[in-house]
Amino acid sequence: MPLQIVLNIIIAIMWMFLSESYTFTSFLVGYILGIILLFLLRRFVPDSFYMKRTWKFVQLILLFVRELVLSNLDILKYVYKPKQDMQPGIFALPIDVKTNFEITLLANLITLTPGTLSVVVSENHTKIYIHAMDIPDVQETINDIKNSFEKQIMEVTR
Amino acid sequence: MSGTWINFIFDIVICLFLLSGAFFLVSGSIGILRFPDVYTRLHAATKSSTLGVAGIMIGAFLFLYVENGIVSGKLLLGIFFVLLTAPVSGHMISRAAYRAGVPLWEKSVQDDYAEALEKEKKHQAQDS
Repeated sequence: MPLQIVLNIIIAIMWMFLSESYTFTSFLVGYILGIILLFLLRRFVPDSFYMKRTWKFVQLILLFVRELVLSNLDILKYVYKPKQDMQPGIFALPIDVKTNFEITLLANLITLTPGTLSVVVSENHTKIYIHAMDIPDVQETINDIKNSFEKQIMEVTR
Repeated sequence: MSGTWINFIFDIVICLFLLSGAFFLVSGSIGILRFPDVYTRLHAATKSSTLGVAGIMIGAFLFLYVENGIVSGKLLLGIFFVLLTAPVSGHMISRAAYRAGVPLWEKSVQDDYAEALEKEKKHQAQDS
C-alpha cells in the first residue's frame, strides 16, 4: 500500500509540473488522475488497490458521525427527564482486536456511541470495561459494537 | 444580505448549524450539573461538547465560505481534533477517577470492573 500512495503522489506532482501551475487545485487534479491510472493498471502494481481500504475508512467515519448524532439525542433524553430513573453500571466487553491502534479506535467509537463510555482497557488487552447510562437499555448497543464496529475496524486495519 | 434567495437559504442553514451547536453545548452543561456522579457526568461532557463544537465550527466554516469566499482549513482541523481528543480525555478522566476510588452512583446496578480489580490486587499481594 505505501508504494501505491507514493506512486500516486509522484503522478500528482508530475501533473503539476506538466501543466505548469503550482497550485493546490492542480495537485488535486493530478491526484485524481493518479487514482484513475492506478485503478486501470491495478493488475501490474503489487498489492490490492488502496482506494478500497480508503473507501472502507470513509464508511467508518460516516458510521462514527451517525453514532455521534444519535448519542447526543440519547443524552438529551436523560438531561431533560424530570426524574432521574436510569440504572447506570459498568460491564465488561471482550474484544477481538489486538493492536494498540485498533483498541484506541474502538475505545473512541464506544465513547461516542449512545449511552456508553469506555472506562478501562484491561491489562492483557482482552476486555474493555464500559460504563453504561442504562444497563437494561444497552444490550442492543453491545451487539452493535461487536458486530458492526469491530468488524469494520478490522476491515480497515487488516 | 445580498438578496438572492440562494443566499437566504445558506443563511438559514448556517443559523441552524450555529443554533443546534449552541443548544447541544447548553444541554451538555445542564447535564454536567444534573447528573449524579462522575461517570454519568462524563457522558454529558464528552458527547455533547463534541457535537456542539463541531456544529458551531461547521456553521463558521459555511459562513466564511459563503460571505467571504474563504476556505478555512483551520476550522475543519479543529473539528477533527476535537473528535479525536474528547473521547480520549473522557476515557482518561473516568479511568483516573475509578482508580482513585471515586464511587459510582448508589443506584448503579452493575460493576464488573470492581471484581477484576480485586482479583488483580490479590495477584499482586501473592506475588510480593
